[in-house]
Amino acid sequence: MSDASAAPRFARREVTTETPLFRAGLILTVIAILALLLFAPLVVVFAEAFSDGFAGVVQALHEPDARAAIRLTLWVAAISVPLNAVFGVAAAWLITKFDFRGKAFLITLIDLPFSVSPVVAGLCLVLLFGANSAVGHWFVAAGFPIVFALPGIVAATLFVTFPFIARELIPVMIEQGRTEEEAALTLGAGGWRVFFTVTLPNIRWALLYGVLLCNARAMGEFGAVTVVSGRIRGETATMPIAIEMLYNEYLSTAAFTLAAVLAALALVTLAVKTALEWRFADQLAATLRH
Amino acid sequence: MHIEIDEIAKTFGQTVALHPVSLSIPSGALVALLGPSGSGKTTLLRILGGLDYPDAGRLMFDARDATGLSVQERRAGFVFQSYALFRHMTVFDNIAYGLRARPRRERPPAAEIERRVQKLLTLIQLPDIGKRYPSQLSGGQRQRVALARALAIEPRMLLLDEPFGALDAKVRKELRTGLREIHDATGLTTVFVTHDQDEAMALADLVVVMSMGRIEQIGRPQDLRARPATPFVREFLSA
Repeated sequence: MSDASAAPRFARREVTTETPLFRAGLILTVIAILALLLFAPLVVVFAEAFSDGFAGVVQALHEPDARAAIRLTLWVAAISVPLNAVFGVAAAWLITKFDFRGKAFLITLIDLPFSVSPVVAGLCLVLLFGANSAVGHWFVAAGFPIVFALPGIVAATLFVTFPFIARELIPVMIEQGRTEEEAALTLGAGGWRVFFTVTLPNIRWALLYGVLLCNARAMGEFGAVTVVSGRIRGETATMPIAIEMLYNEYLSTAAFTLAAVLAALALVTLAVKTALEWRFADQLAATLRH
Repeated sequence: MHIEIDEIAKTFGQTVALHPVSLSIPSGALVALLGPSGSGKTTLLRILGGLDYPDAGRLMFDARDATGLSVQERRAGFVFQSYALFRHMTVFDNIAYGLRARPRRERPPAAEIERRVQKLLTLIQLPDIGKRYPSQLSGGQRQRVALARALAIEPRMLLLDEPFGALDAKVRKELRTGLREIHDATGLTTVFVTHDQDEAMALADLVVVMSMGRIEQIGRPQDLRARPATPFVREFLSA
């Protein structure tokens, strides 16, 4: 407002803002809540990990069980995130670009993992594929056990993280509509070409956010994995499970070191996301604005 | 290309979008499908372009049955109401899309694609915007880019859905003239959908007035004005 000085005193403030005091109060409240709920726990995790000095962290990370837990968690994420990316894109594509009977039911089904407790989901997997069930018995006999092994952990993680990518994509794809795809079809492109040259580029940012959320949840999942993994130290204990076991045994440096690694993995994904957003700011603006 | 629409009908769920309609569009004509919203004009256009399939009836292109042709096989240059430009591609890539989507043996080499895109950019009088993104263009510029993109595939016909709907009056008049010129230069059979009777009357050789999924009257602009066939046509044209 260049002519603010000429305006009458009572009209200084724009209609859409609040008084300075009120604004300052709101901002401080938000900062306080963020500090208390988000920042403080993070600091505590790292502080506790380093409470015995650097040597304690190095020693804790040298434990074979801790290494096995880190390796297992990375494997589970590396398998389940790409699978859920494919499932999520397929589901979102189906729901947003086609009309069919039972669509509402499918959307509800996608949301199911949000409403079902992870522990219940884990129990269902044990009932279905455990050694006491017919299917599970067959798998065990074939030398390929599902429950208390990697496949069960991946299945539990897949179930829990299923909605993340689809849920991120569906609103974006609804907003973008079908006309760009139709335009590509009239220009002679086939189905796959349309998908890879039009649909996928248009959803890539939403897909990236979905993948990051899915990845964070996949690495941090506790409830469902606890039930199906059998918590075998060094074999089926993922990082969150190993952390809980170590903590219950009063090995707090080891527990917090592993927790710090898990938090650091999350921070790295966050950094990657920010870096990508910064690097591709122009494209991001061009894709979202239209 | 001569287009023959023979008793084409379409229903969406419970609503009848098109009662059986028949229409003959002579080769090289510029035809307006005129009517209020819900009259079935866009449905008819989408059926011509292969984006919707009719429930009944036959479609003939140059006396060949085209009813079952896929959208890609139709080779119809389609300009969408909201233009539907690919927002993540530059203007150049948008226009080149159709040429690059061709099967390998029919695809022109990169230099040829470049030459053709540049020629189209000159045709729409925007020679220097190839590197820009759609979001950086005005409404009128987007519309012209959409037209160039549709022309790039060397279409057999040009189909436009409310091509000037989202533009202000001045740009609209300019682009009307532009479309007429492009039509006359290319000789393409052109069908456009509009709810604006002035536009239809000013631009088209032949106006098809539609209402409630039926064709009310087909005629040259001056004939429609002089001899409206139904009360609906008289009322719609006097509005």
